[in-house]
Amino acid sequence: MHIDKDLVAASATPIVLGILAEGDLYGYAILKRVSELSGGGLQWTDGMLYPLLHRLERLGHVSSSWGTSEAGRRRKHYAITPSGRATLAERQEQWTVVADALRQVWQSGQRPPLTAEGWA
Amino acid sequence: MEQHLALDADIDRWRGYLQRHQAISSADIDELEDHLREQVTDLQATGLDDTEAFLVAIKRLGNLDAVSREFAREHSDRLWKQLSLVPQESRESGGTPARELTVVLALAVAAGLAVRAGITWLDDAALARNLALLVVPFVAAYFAWKRRLGIRTVAALVLPAVVLAVLLNVYPFDSDSSTEPLAAMHAVVALWLLVGIAYVGGRWRSDGRRMDFARFTGELAIYFTLLAIGGGVLTGLTVAVLQLVGIDPEQALGSWVLPFAVPGALVVAAWLVEAKQNVVENIAPVLTRVFTPLTIIMLLTLLGALATAGGLGEVDRELLILMDAILVLVVGLLLYSISARDPLAPPGLFDTLQLVLLLAALAVDAVLLTAMLTRIAEFGASPNKLAALGLNLLLLVHLAWAARLSVGFLRGRSAFAPLERWQTRYLPVYGIWAAVVVVVFPPAFAFA
Repeated sequence: MHIDKDLVAASATPIVLGILAEGDLYGYAILKRVSELSGGGLQWTDGMLYPLLHRLERLGHVSSSWGTSEAGRRRKHYAITPSGRATLAERQEQWTVVADALRQVWQSGQRPPLTAEGWA
Repeated sequence: MEQHLALDADIDRWRGYLQRHQAISSADIDELEDHLREQVTDLQATGLDDTEAFLVAIKRLGNLDAVSREFAREHSDRLWKQLSLVPQESRESGGTPARELTVVLALAVAAGLAVRAGITWLDDAALARNLALLVVPFVAAYFAWKRRLGIRTVAALVLPAVVLAVLLNVYPFDSDSSTEPLAAMHAVVALWLLVGIAYVGGRWRSDGRRMDFARFTGELAIYFTLLAIGGGVLTGLTVAVLQLVGIDPEQALGSWVLPFAVPGALVVAAWLVEAKQNVVENIAPVLTRVFTPLTIIMLLTLLGALATAGGLGEVDRELLILMDAILVLVVGLLLYSISARDPLAPPGLFDTLQLVLLLAALAVDAVLLTAMLTRIAEFGASPNKLAALGLNLLLLVHLAWAARLSVGFLRGRSAFAPLERWQTRYLPVYGIWAAVVVVVFPPAFAFA
């Protein structure tokens, strides 16, 4: 399934912060977790994660530290900060409102037709 | 095992490609490489071989230009090379940059004091004669300190400078002498080449180092101009405010502020160029590309004007001197643009433009030479005319040979290196000529 670019962009920050709230991780592991959580449905362009992480770091939502991997390579680990947790809580509320609204729409209204035969 | 080597080579190439993106720092590249290798390992576990895994991992990482743009958006500051004069790493260890700053500031103040002393104790003519001698040695001293010159090189620098200083002040110039300003002007050139020897750390035979000095001179001119503009604005605002509150700062400005500010700015500019060569390196090619076409237009305009002005014999003496100055400027531009050019790049449009510039300058030089020879034949030789004639001949040889080499380069018959080498090999000739004008001209013309 292809998920709209804007939706991916909008959800990226809360997802990354949420994953980091579970524990410190490095970039590749974050992406693996994203893929796990979405059952492979949410595919990011891997390279784009890093500018996002750097932005979150600049905003003070995450902190980073260099360590070494099992193979002895330099590896950058990210951890969520208190400010990141606050942002995450805020985003959670926002997304809950959105999700609630969507669910009610899906339930009360007619479901949109899945196929649009004869429209093309 | 061999396959893994191929993978390492692939990753190295990929790193090299990333490094060309200024927005991605080397730490970011390490981070991305860790990601890439992790991905490759996981893909290999699913049965892909090295090459397949590498290709898939690269593909997942996304279009590098797009990723780089995203990095640039986050780190826009990195696109501006940052001028860190006191780098943080070395501040902890050793503390040399701070000491360098102290040395530079001390030299700047010393240059100011020297000029100030000159203003106090020398009459106007002597001051004009010695001004360069009061300032330039401090720039040379900075490089002598910076390059840790040996005692022999220092002696080789001090000796000619002392000879110049003594001659300039011992020669009994007439009160309305024309050899005096000539000697003073040419002493500046000779002194500047001595600075060059200090700059190249005594390795004056090296073509590469000579080119560095040409580059340094151009960049120094840019930095000095920037400092002068900034200083001018600051001084102008201060003067305006002081005048409004009823203090007239003109006296203090002329006798204290400027004598310290101008020589100080020169020393500081030299240090700035040295401290961060590559900041201006980015702008040098741009400047030469802007000014080469403009200079061509200027030269063609001048040629047109000279052609329509009629008899060349009547051309004003001052005009000839001005035109000489313009030609010197062209040679400066040529040197600077050659020093800013990537010697391995194939000939392009800009090289053609440079050849056009050379040809236009040659045409102007030919017109000038004709005018000068006509004047000399008509009114006889004078120190001014001979000095101008000599300079013109030097410029003619310089430009003509450069044009020849440049044609060869454009036609693909030779590389760029000979053209570059010609510039640097020819530089000392100007120094020798300058020395001749300082040392030989005054006695030869009886100090008239």
